[in-house]
Amino acid sequence: MNALIISALLGVVMMFSSFLLKDRSTVRSMAIAGLLLLLVVNVLEMNGVEFFNINTRDMIVFDRFALLFNTIAFLSTLLYLLLSAKEMAKVGVYFADYLALIFFILCGVILVSSFKSLLILFLGIEIISIPLYILTGSDKRNLKSNEAALKYFLLGTFSTGLMLMGIALIYGAQGSFYSVDISKIAGETPSALLIAGMLLLFFSMSFKVSAAPFHFWTPDVYDGAPTVFTSFMATIVKAAVFVAFIRLFDEAFGLLHLQWQLLVAVITALTLFIGNITAVFQQSVKRMLAYSSIAQAGFMMLSLYAMNADAKEGLMLYVAAYSFATIGIFAVLIKMSDYTFEGFNGFAKHQPLLAATTTIFLLSLAGIPLTAGFLSKFYMLKAALGTGKHLWLVIVAVLMAAVSVYYYFRVIQAMYFKEGEGQPMEVSKPFKWTLVVLAALIILLGIFPNILLSWLYF
Amino acid sequence: MPINYYIFLSIALFAIGIVGVLTRRNAIIIFMCIELMLNAVNLLLVAFSKMHHLKAVAIDAASTAGTDGQLFVFFIMVVAAAEVTVGLAIIVMLYRNIHSVDVNFLNRLKH
Repeated sequence: MNALIISALLGVVMMFSSFLLKDRSTVRSMAIAGLLLLLVVNVLEMNGVEFFNINTRDMIVFDRFALLFNTIAFLSTLLYLLLSAKEMAKVGVYFADYLALIFFILCGVILVSSFKSLLILFLGIEIISIPLYILTGSDKRNLKSNEAALKYFLLGTFSTGLMLMGIALIYGAQGSFYSVDISKIAGETPSALLIAGMLLLFFSMSFKVSAAPFHFWTPDVYDGAPTVFTSFMATIVKAAVFVAFIRLFDEAFGLLHLQWQLLVAVITALTLFIGNITAVFQQSVKRMLAYSSIAQAGFMMLSLYAMNADAKEGLMLYVAAYSFATIGIFAVLIKMSDYTFEGFNGFAKHQPLLAATTTIFLLSLAGIPLTAGFLSKFYMLKAALGTGKHLWLVIVAVLMAAVSVYYYFRVIQAMYFKEGEGQPMEVSKPFKWTLVVLAALIILLGIFPNILLSWLYF
Repeated sequence: MPINYYIFLSIALFAIGIVGVLTRRNAIIIFMCIELMLNAVNLLLVAFSKMHHLKAVAIDAASTAGTDGQLFVFFIMVVAAAEVTVGLAIIVMLYRNIHSVDVNFLNRLKH
């Protein structure tokens, strides 16, 4: 509860600072200090210190899973702001408002990671989505950004409509919005209303996490949105919606697991296949990363498929590994003017440190040992094997991980083995050091994943 | 009236909304169709709420079961209003740049 209230207050503070403070660097420092505060109060709450005690009638419950995820989300946002906050100012003149929107999105992230009632799930998803529509269209003169915003908005509200219909049908069948009550009666023979509602919820959530066949909006929106905000959208937001997805299907429909497992397996395989194969053919690194985010979503779907202890641990690790690596790559990409693979030619000669850290991020995304990406993929596959069914899914996942190596290594190859004059970039010292910290975190998690996972069981 | 009538009416409205979203090309009309979908859900929630309430009252006259369904409707209304604000702003922004609200324009992103 600490983080939820403070994050909402910080959002309001940032909103006011947009016209009270003219100096951008003050606003930036305020936002970073605010995120540090969020991180501290969240860690305090993990250790049992609660400042606010509000009776939510058990609609929001902060368990270890939620608190750990929130910590990861705040840490990623903090690193994201340290790396890219300056670039945000280049998108438009409303710098402080963008930061305010990001704090509001974090409120939504906190809600969806800790909901126990479908009402909170719906509110959380909307609190995440509505500011995101604005951020997507924040580059107002750019037609691509406009298109992306309209597309995201129309498809996003459409899927919200489906989700609400699902919630209404479930309410009709069970008479309650609480996940506990839904799962209780669902144990017996589920009614047609409940099944229809569950399917609608499943489709709308797959839409939000961009699982194939509902992924078609992702590349266009990620490509059209200003790159700074794509970075945020593809990492923290996507991870949060995934946590909500898992929580919903674990708590509300856990007893029907065997009935929907095959459906999830098919969608997972499709997502892995489409995401990875299409990413191979991309010419722009930004678009490749959009498809790679679909592919990574496929891996995260494995935890939904397996739904056991390994899956939950694995998801935490995956979320951390994926967010850190993607934020790092985007931070470097934002500094470039040319987003094609050729733009990376000769990058290692001009910016050796940046190239080295980018290589670590890419290796982690591809799942090479000694990085966090490897262990998180390992956990996912272990969880999927643990179910003892649908072995083909694990085989597809491994094959597709091999395919993903191709397009990640294309960037590394361009950086190190191709000649090029490089692009002019202004890179500050703190930026470089933050990137190094990020890379170090990824390697640290790849060797000692228990630093993170032990927080799950205290 | 039996609950089935309400379910069928809501599903019909919802289906009209979906068909509208999928077939119309004008952003404003698509937007109205999405609102229709949301309102179909509101109707359904209120009907279910009444149904659960009547069921609970038959057993215990002081029961307040079913009120949460109607509460949900208020939340949907608030969120829908927020969405309208942002959505219309996006459509106006688009109109200022291309002087049209036709969504066929969206296919340009695919190169």
